[in-house]
Amino acid sequence: MLDTYRPVETPEGVEIGLRVAGPVPRLYAAALDFGLRLIIYIALGIAAGNLGRGGVGLFFVGLFLVEWFYPVVFEVKGGGATPGKRRMGLLVLQRDGTPVGWSASVIRNLVRFADILPAAYGFGLGTMLVDRDFRRLGDLAAGTVVVHREPLTPGARVPAAAPLRPPVSLTLDEQRAVIEFAERLGTWPPARAAELAALLAPLTGVPHPQDPEGVQRLVGMANWLLGRR
Amino acid sequence: MSREIFEQRHEPQWKALDMSLSRLEMGRGDRGGVPDDLPELYRQVCHHLALVRHRHYGADLELRLNRLVLRGHQQLYHHSSVDSGGIFSFIRSGFPRLVRREKRLVGLSMLLFGLPLLLMTLLVPRHPEIAFSIMAPAEVEQMGQQFSPGGSLEAGRPVDSDVLMFGFYIRNNIGIAFRTFAGGILGGVGSIFFLVYNGLAIGAVTGYVRQMGFGPQFFPFAIGHGAFELTAIVLAGAAGLRMGLSLLAPGSLSRGRALLLAGRTAIRILYGAAGMLVAAAFLEAFWSPMPQPAATKYAIGAILWLAVFLYLTLAGRPDGP
Repeated sequence: MLDTYRPVETPEGVEIGLRVAGPVPRLYAAALDFGLRLIIYIALGIAAGNLGRGGVGLFFVGLFLVEWFYPVVFEVKGGGATPGKRRMGLLVLQRDGTPVGWSASVIRNLVRFADILPAAYGFGLGTMLVDRDFRRLGDLAAGTVVVHREPLTPGARVPAAAPLRPPVSLTLDEQRAVIEFAERLGTWPPARAAELAALLAPLTGVPHPQDPEGVQRLVGMANWLLGRR
Repeated sequence: MSREIFEQRHEPQWKALDMSLSRLEMGRGDRGGVPDDLPELYRQVCHHLALVRHRHYGADLELRLNRLVLRGHQQLYHHSSVDSGGIFSFIRSGFPRLVRREKRLVGLSMLLFGLPLLLMTLLVPRHPEIAFSIMAPAEVEQMGQQFSPGGSLEAGRPVDSDVLMFGFYIRNNIGIAFRTFAGGILGGVGSIFFLVYNGLAIGAVTGYVRQMGFGPQFFPFAIGHGAFELTAIVLAGAAGLRMGLSLLAPGSLSRGRALLLAGRTAIRILYGAAGMLVAAAFLEAFWSPMPQPAATKYAIGAILWLAVFLYLTLAGRPDGP
């Protein structure tokens, strides 16, 4: 979770966290948007078909507008996300966490043409893999990032247990470590979990690597830390 | 202070901020404005978030306040648009000033586009096979034949065909300008490619038309909208080169920062170029095919070229610092 977490400092001097989104959810969003665009093209085509040769001209104008400005309108007027991005829980923001404006949105969506070169978003994907914020060329030129709308709720997968107050007060990083231990509990065999919990003997008071009681206490503390009391 | 007391004491403020923000988020776009107490409330919650972190009150509370602050941040801080003076001030002075400020790149773009164009125009009548190395023979012929005596142009065409061609020109020509601009981010290579390629292609058609002796139909047709269309392609190329140059020679800035600043300049040049292309599409669809005498066409065309030149060189002077 921490590796895609980007702190941004506000003018008030506090940090807020953005979670930048990687290529895979963005690809799904692009595919959804592509489907939606096809539907718009078909609707435009049917409407224009009834208007004769002049209708074909209007169809070209509509085609042009949808080709280049479909994402721009949604990003600026639709709360920062095209329907595809919204479905995937993504959001376009300026790098400093403020909403994206007209110019930035136009830049990132025109430069998309360079991102899809030489084929299948080649340059865009290459840039995303190199850049730590997963920005494609258009994002770099416009100063934007694509982030997850909802932050990961920590502890959603922590098994419920009787809350247990930690004997000493823990720093935020230590709290996170305990919560994440509880979250990943299902991925280890019980013996391995007990072994790991034994490393925290000063906290749990259970020094034996075979004793599952240490694991139970850590899960209890994770519950307490998550406010389930 | 324990976490419980802290939560109890400030819960009403968090609720109030959440409600205020929800209302703003629902009504995005209407100019109802930000409630008077929102900035104050927002700053208090920022303070609470800092306290929660400092006192290690817990990850869940931190996350909740972080969300509130993020949403407040997005409502309170908007990037103001670059042209506060609006579209008219941009047309009157902003755009020509910008073009003059980038005159070296505009000049370079003009050479990259104009030289191939001129070269093909002069070469193709003597060596017609060169045209076919750029475009397929059928394509050149089709483009050229409409200018033949008795071709589709001279026969006149109905108005709904004009609308059709207008749509076609909008999509095709502005699309070319956008691609020329976007290609600039690849270190300028994309812009150079599209400038040279389009120069060669337009030159090939012009050369073919000359070779076939269709000039008397073609040049009166092309001169009017050419003033806007050719200039706009050069300007779109200059905008792309601006972005490319920022990556090749960022100066004292980091490449990312230089690209960001160049992008802001470049997109405004492109707005202007796109506006010129819309004008060009109108002319090309509705004026250029009109059956006026060639002399009238040449006169109007010359006036348009002069107007574009004077506009870009003189409008909005004196230039700001």
